[in-house]
Amino acid sequence: MDFSLTDEQQLIVKTTREFVENELYPHEKEVEDSGVLRPQLLASIRAKAMAAGLYAANMPTEVGGGGLDTVTWVLYEKELGRANYALHYCGVGRPSNILMACKGEQRERYLLPAVRGERTDCLALSEPGAGSDLRSMKTSAVRAGDDFVINGTKHFISHADHADFVILLAATSTDTSGKTPRKIMTAFLIDMGHPGFQVLPGYRNVSHRGYNNCILQFNDCRVPASAVLGEVGQGFEVANTWLGATRLQVAACCLGRADRALELAKRWAVDRVQFGQSIGKFQGIGFKLADMAVELRAAELLVLEAAWKKDQGTATDSDMAIAKLKATETLAMIADEALQIHGGMGLMSDLPLERIWRDARIERIWDGTSEIQRHIISRALLRPLGG
Amino acid sequence: MKTILVGVKRVPDYNVRMRLKPDGGLATEGVKLSLNPFDEIALEEALRLKEKGLADEVVAVTIAPADALAQLRTALAMGATRAIHIVHTGPVEPLDVARLLLAVIQREPPLLVLLGKQAVDEDQGQTGQMLAALWNRPQATYASSIAIDGEVAHVNREVDAGTEQLDVDLPAVFTTDLRLNTPRYIKLPDIMKAKQKPLQSLTPAELGVNLRQRLKTVAYEAPPARAKGRMVADAAELVSQLRQRGVIK
Repeated sequence: MDFSLTDEQQLIVKTTREFVENELYPHEKEVEDSGVLRPQLLASIRAKAMAAGLYAANMPTEVGGGGLDTVTWVLYEKELGRANYALHYCGVGRPSNILMACKGEQRERYLLPAVRGERTDCLALSEPGAGSDLRSMKTSAVRAGDDFVINGTKHFISHADHADFVILLAATSTDTSGKTPRKIMTAFLIDMGHPGFQVLPGYRNVSHRGYNNCILQFNDCRVPASAVLGEVGQGFEVANTWLGATRLQVAACCLGRADRALELAKRWAVDRVQFGQSIGKFQGIGFKLADMAVELRAAELLVLEAAWKKDQGTATDSDMAIAKLKATETLAMIADEALQIHGGMGLMSDLPLERIWRDARIERIWDGTSEIQRHIISRALLRPLGG
Repeated sequence: MKTILVGVKRVPDYNVRMRLKPDGGLATEGVKLSLNPFDEIALEEALRLKEKGLADEVVAVTIAPADALAQLRTALAMGATRAIHIVHTGPVEPLDVARLLLAVIQREPPLLVLLGKQAVDEDQGQTGQMLAALWNRPQATYASSIAIDGEVAHVNREVDAGTEQLDVDLPAVFTTDLRLNTPRYIKLPDIMKAKQKPLQSLTPAELGVNLRQRLKTVAYEAPPARAKGRMVADAAELVSQLRQRGVIK
């Protein structure tokens, strides 16, 4: 078993890290303090990311993307994940790969401009009454001649304020054959500003300052059949085919941030002197650092293994869930311990640690809560036994 | 074909704090290795000249063990047209580096040779000067700007007194200072393409150069630990303290 990175992978890590340190870190304070990612700043970072070929590196080369395999993409996400989320996710865009389901003129209108950084997508699944239980969604798309009429509310829709179009999942029918009715969903591509479609500011929250969630309202929003992404009634399948990788993305970003927190903690443990010695020499601190490093290594290996399996075509939902669960929980532990090692200073907004600690909280919730991940893992354990 | 030859050397990464082994040697195992930062600047300058249409190709050359391919790939990913790997294990003295580079030059005469002013591993800072002497061509060391105008290059050099301006007949050897440029980010697509670029392996024997050890490393010694500092109240106290200690008059 070969655990070493290829020369190419090492270079990609190096160039991504340099970009993050030189082009993103210097703007973190502004975005954290103001809670706003200024459009001019966004445009300038985006231009630099395009020039460095870092933009849309997740997308295949045949549509103009970087064409990274999953393992290399995870390494790239890990480096980007070190920085403020708004800066790296909006600035160094990674279009949703669900756009690969675009057909015909949808490619020219949505997919290719998204890869070129000319148009930005956002993804609308969650609703006030439908989070983990997506099949209970209320947003509906009803056939009206050749068109569909959409009604409903989506919330927690990330970066919809910077987006040019939305990839929407709406219910087009209901399957009543089972115990509980299940919505049959269809995916739609809808431009911002389309009549009957409105983006409203979302909720102020603890994590990822400057990276906003929004509320999307659809009131008799009429779209043509050509707005359907994939097939009618196949929305859940389209999402499942393409969105599995987003859990790896969350996991990889957590690894980067955890690594940054550990670096800060190590530095502090060496530099901070109390009772006549570096605090790292006290076992209470040194052993914490050792545990943090062990957990981080374990999480890294799980994420890389899941990525490698994805490249081999053998990854299961459970593999993705294991990677996401471990990486997000590890970030929470490392951020908390790094802050504890810093003592009072760790709570101050002058250090990135306070932010990393706040930002860690969302990771165990979005893209499937830790409980949902455990559900997926345990189901995979028990089902083969008839459980 | 107008070629710019750029020397690149693999060195311990400049962020690494080197440690001494108990036997007095340098601990190099597991140390992160990178391109010498001054060589990256040299390569960047060569690429900019090529992009301005002043050269047709940029050739990166290194003298290193067989496992140094990663650093040559870095050079190719940055944009070098092709690379030459002179395979040699063990230390090479500046004079031998210059002799090997001269042998490469004689095979395919370049318009310009760009080298880092020094490598951050041993800080010798001699290769460029020796190469110019052996090649019998002009040199401009510590360059902070380079402009090519036909057969002549206008070079600004950083010297103790300030900036010295030289007009240099080409071909010539230039060594790069820190302020010459800021190397680019390596573009992701270029990293993928680097694998396909030509990479030639040669041995010193194939170049007709017989390496000879003239220098002997007697010992390595760690720099003295920094003495404890003291906070001063204001600039006036700082000046008076410096005066008292004879640092300033």
